[in-house]
Amino acid sequence: MDIDPLMLSRIQFAFTISFHILFPAFTIGLANWIMVLEGLWLKTGRDVYRQLSEFWTKIFAISFGMGVVSGIVMSYQFGTNWSRWSDITGNVMGPLIQYEVVTAFFLEAAFLGILLFGRSKVPRGMHFFAACMVAIGTIISSFWILSSNSWLHTPAGFEIRDGRFFVTSWWEVVFNPSFPYRLAHMVTAAFLTTSFVIAGISAWYILKGRFAEYTRISFGMSLGLIAILAPLQILLGDLHGLKTMEVQPAKIAAMEGHWEGGAGAPLILFAWPDMEAEKNHYEIGIPFLSSLILTHELEGEVPGLKQFAPEDRPYVPIVFWTFRIMVGIGFLMLFVAVGFVFLSWRRRLYDSPWFHWICVAMTPAGFVAILAGWFTTEIGRQPWMVQGLLRTADGVTPSLTAGAALTSLGLFLVTYALIFTAGTYYILRLLQLGPQPHHSETTHQARQEAGRPKRPMSVPDERIEPAE
Amino acid sequence: MEWWQDLTLIWTGIVAFAIIMYVLMDGFDLGLGILFPFAGRDVDRDVMMNTVAPVWDFNETWLILGGAGLFAAFPLAYAVILPALYLPLTLMLIALIFRGVAFEFRFKAKSSRYVWDRSFHLGSLVATVVQGMALGAFIQGFTVENRAYAGGNFDWFSVFSLLTGAALVAGYALLGCTWLIWRTEGSLQEWAYKLSKPLFLAVIGFIALVSIWTPLANQTIADRWFSWPNILYLSPVPILTAALALLYWRAINKRYEVQPFALSMGLFILSFAGLAVSLWPNVIPPNISIWDAASPPETQEFLLVGMAFLIPTIVVYTIYSYYVFRGKIGEDVGYH
Repeated sequence: MDIDPLMLSRIQFAFTISFHILFPAFTIGLANWIMVLEGLWLKTGRDVYRQLSEFWTKIFAISFGMGVVSGIVMSYQFGTNWSRWSDITGNVMGPLIQYEVVTAFFLEAAFLGILLFGRSKVPRGMHFFAACMVAIGTIISSFWILSSNSWLHTPAGFEIRDGRFFVTSWWEVVFNPSFPYRLAHMVTAAFLTTSFVIAGISAWYILKGRFAEYTRISFGMSLGLIAILAPLQILLGDLHGLKTMEVQPAKIAAMEGHWEGGAGAPLILFAWPDMEAEKNHYEIGIPFLSSLILTHELEGEVPGLKQFAPEDRPYVPIVFWTFRIMVGIGFLMLFVAVGFVFLSWRRRLYDSPWFHWICVAMTPAGFVAILAGWFTTEIGRQPWMVQGLLRTADGVTPSLTAGAALTSLGLFLVTYALIFTAGTYYILRLLQLGPQPHHSETTHQARQEAGRPKRPMSVPDERIEPAE
Repeated sequence: MEWWQDLTLIWTGIVAFAIIMYVLMDGFDLGLGILFPFAGRDVDRDVMMNTVAPVWDFNETWLILGGAGLFAAFPLAYAVILPALYLPLTLMLIALIFRGVAFEFRFKAKSSRYVWDRSFHLGSLVATVVQGMALGAFIQGFTVENRAYAGGNFDWFSVFSLLTGAALVAGYALLGCTWLIWRTEGSLQEWAYKLSKPLFLAVIGFIALVSIWTPLANQTIADRWFSWPNILYLSPVPILTAALALLYWRAINKRYEVQPFALSMGLFILSFAGLAVSLWPNVIPPNISIWDAASPPETQEFLLVGMAFLIPTIVVYTIYSYYVFRGKIGEDVGYH
């Protein structure tokens, strides 16, 4: 592996996007969870919903802040490190990203302020509306970013003139072949990720005997959603896989670890793919199962890596293993869903510590699965930046030097390590404190009804570190 | 002029609008960060942050719009300018990260609070210096070969760019200072009033320096301004600047609260207009025009359909957000 600007830029991009994706993945679900809680509070007026919402809003604020600052890095990196790519695909990709900014980012940013700081300044209905807008903003954002990402995997609706892409049909660009599958798979993944965090933290509180009033709501609701989404996600993943076989067969061959391909292929459970020797070591497989899953026939034809020139193959070991990690976690999630349904039926959901421990252990499962899935799909596209049309090596900035790339990579590594450590620490402190009953009724209405013009909306500067 | 060339003009307007909005909106909250450690009391710093906590994220979104707009409407400019500014932009992004998280982390910390105070201040300062230096580098122009940047890693670093970097620090600090006059009261406002005159004199000095240096260093820009009849058409820019300066001085002396902020923004808009006049019609100085760098008509049309509705919507959001959080900020506000 040469340490050249290309490799450094690839490492930097992989690192910064892997870091960034954790926050949107979490906040998409969390924004919707807060919206539901605010809605329930508006409808029932039960304080417990408001307190729960305020608790999760604090965690949301930290995560969202970290997502925003790391997201700005992404939007500039296209130009700094991948300027050839920017010039060649700018006519297509630019508008998609621009639409994300104007339809989603401004919506989220404008109403986030009201969600976080506006409770005492706007009517209850408006505050709920702000929560809805932030939640909708996260979904709109997913729509555009996955559309543009999908286009790189399955480009459509364009022609190439003088080596650059020109759009012939915007409809085909936006709704390119892999987009619906990718969007459904990713948004479901985001909801699952948040649900497992909420379920895991609630399970922890149950085990510690804390906040019983709150955890009954959050544990039941998050697991209820998991019970629906975990099986759905496996179905969506299967559909996404079938589409990928159609449009990116080399990626499927790498995911499955098939060198020869052909009819009646086994499902390989374990192997050590060797790219030099073009075969697997220590292979353990189930005969015919891969063909059955991918073609729904025992003797169905599946793609093999040898159908592609060596320079057109993705790096197989990573794709092969990250795919297995993702699928493995998917099935663990299904197991939790089944456990939830079973325990609810037996009415033992709140007194089965073994199940609570499993939920605690599964808290980070969604994040790991998303990163693994992201690696599978992105490394699976290599060596192409735009599938079949633009190689990654041809997209890098020509003027970039190894020194500059190394400097920026080093700075990002240090910065993200510091920020991530601090952010995690503050989130853990908030979790330790748990939901807090508020000190006074301080909504907009209450203030108006009481005829008091000015009153603190909460205790300012509530510190979460222990006093020293 | 062909119809698509008009389209490009509209796009130039939109990108210019995004950039000036960014400078005005994030300018004052970066300015607060620059002034941050000089405020007298810790509680003053709380208030300073609370005056912008609900809107800073919104303000910074204009930076993404500027970048995305450039990418969409002028992909060539995006592909040349960003690599040319590789190191300063990296520094700016890192600085904005430290500054942005300080808003959330500072109020959650106690023993480590000073770390986030410093992070907010240094992040704001470095981001501003680097933006100013990038502007200077932009005015000086970039080496382009074969549709790509062909200069070195440090071409952006020059005496002139150091000057524009310092100028922007003074400019943002002035915006931050006059914002405080508007949005705070008591000793903090008093302090801002005291700062408002020296900061303003520094800004006027920098505007004069840059205005003299730029045409001296660049014959094309000198011709643009000083040839007849241009000098007549362009004279409102310096005349208005002088008028605003006088109004500002009067506003401070009469202790008006809103006017100093509005007039500081006016100075920024005029400086921006002056810059636009100097560089027109280039989007990559010294010689790549907006039409050379523009994306094709089908891309610009697709975008314009949406922008026609969305940009007014964003302006409405802006007005609404600022309306919700209107009024003086005291020492008792915050969600933390």
